[in-house]
Amino acid sequence: MVEGILLAMTVLLAIGTSKGLFLATSGNRVDWEVSGPHFPMTSIYAVGIDRRRATPRLLAGVDSSHFGPSVSTSDDLGKTWSEPDEAPVAFPAGTDTSLVRVWQLAPGPASEPDVVYAGTQPSALFRSDDGGRTFSLVRALWDHPHRPDWGAGFGGQAIHTILPHPSDPARVLVAMSTGGVYRTDDGGATWSPGNAGIRAGFFPDPFPEFGQCVHKVARDAGDPTRFYAQNHGGVYRSDDEGATWSSIAEGLPSDFGFPIVAHPERPSTIWTFPLAADSERFPPDHRCRVFRSTDAGSTWEALSAGLPTAPFYPTVLRDAMCVDDATPAGVYFGTRSGAVWSSPDEGESWVPVAAHLPDVLSVRAVEL
Amino acid sequence: MTILLPGVLRAEASGQSRLTVSAAGSLRAVLDAVAAEWPRLERRLRDERGDLRRYVNIYVDGDDCRRSGGLDTPVPAGAEIQVLPSVAGG
Repeated sequence: MVEGILLAMTVLLAIGTSKGLFLATSGNRVDWEVSGPHFPMTSIYAVGIDRRRATPRLLAGVDSSHFGPSVSTSDDLGKTWSEPDEAPVAFPAGTDTSLVRVWQLAPGPASEPDVVYAGTQPSALFRSDDGGRTFSLVRALWDHPHRPDWGAGFGGQAIHTILPHPSDPARVLVAMSTGGVYRTDDGGATWSPGNAGIRAGFFPDPFPEFGQCVHKVARDAGDPTRFYAQNHGGVYRSDDEGATWSSIAEGLPSDFGFPIVAHPERPSTIWTFPLAADSERFPPDHRCRVFRSTDAGSTWEALSAGLPTAPFYPTVLRDAMCVDDATPAGVYFGTRSGAVWSSPDEGESWVPVAAHLPDVLSVRAVEL
Repeated sequence: MTILLPGVLRAEASGQSRLTVSAAGSLRAVLDAVAAEWPRLERRLRDERGDLRRYVNIYVDGDDCRRSGGLDTPVPAGAEIQVLPSVAGG
């Protein structure tokens, strides 16, 4: 179909695992060469690719169970990595808090080329103004009166999603498990919860102001006020910048799961990887299937061409699915069983990238 | 005094396995001296609150610091301080 385009490209896929970072490259998104592990024996919960530079900057949240968390950056596509002498992400004196790990590294909008955000455990947002080398705590969210009541899910209390507005630097949405969605429209000076309509079945009041267990949020490519959320029970869409949410789970085999990703350019196109239920964290019917909607969640279709047909049990974690920025978009996911899959055609067909890796925690991809 | 480093940390100290540090008093003072010269090494031993990381063990003349005063453990002149990662992980 688009073989000429595919052959002309090089795509880099960064694969963060529980025991290091692997880097895969491909000229056609079918045949892959995998290198690594970089940072062996560390957990890479967060990978970022900053496309705003001539050579994309890679960012990795590197978490050593022995020697603590850090953030490392590479300006040569992973050949070499560096970090500053001072801790890149650290809680300031007076907070009486220490960083557990970095869960998310998100480049800011094009108009702020040196801004990068980090989401952490415990739940906090940090901002970098030097391209992700060093970060400072976003104090207003840390001081939010709701914070003492934010909970901690099995994975810990963490801000795992950061979605800067593509053109308005003042607007940012963040999400955390058992805390929910928070938004700012004044550059981080004030934050308000945005969870109306999202069900929290684990509370006596299933529709609280905050405390929802949001697993992942994605922003629509065409309408920056439209978001999609995969929750701990529930798949939702917001058409008012996160103020209110309505279910788009009808048509999916389950409303449970972790990741949700949006097409980089085409509006209303999203992918998810459902699991059967909170109490049954296997793919529905034990079938390895990605689900795609091209109408903002009104209808869904199962995609499985090339994926395993044998009974399938692994989980895909919240950051272990992504799309690249090529045309057509490539879609990627990795499993807790260490397998990574690539689709060069927006989910129509799939090929293996790698197998037998450690648990896949995060993936990000870019066309070079 | 001398600080012995495990192989996994030597890259943060210019590849050295033994560091010579001039600091008097406590283990905390020794680690403060380490922070001044090798900050990336020190932050792998202590978090930003100054607490020893959970799976880092430090022995002062063979004694586990956690059983002898923690970071207040006295460090006599000429002491040998050994840093070892604890048994942890999967």
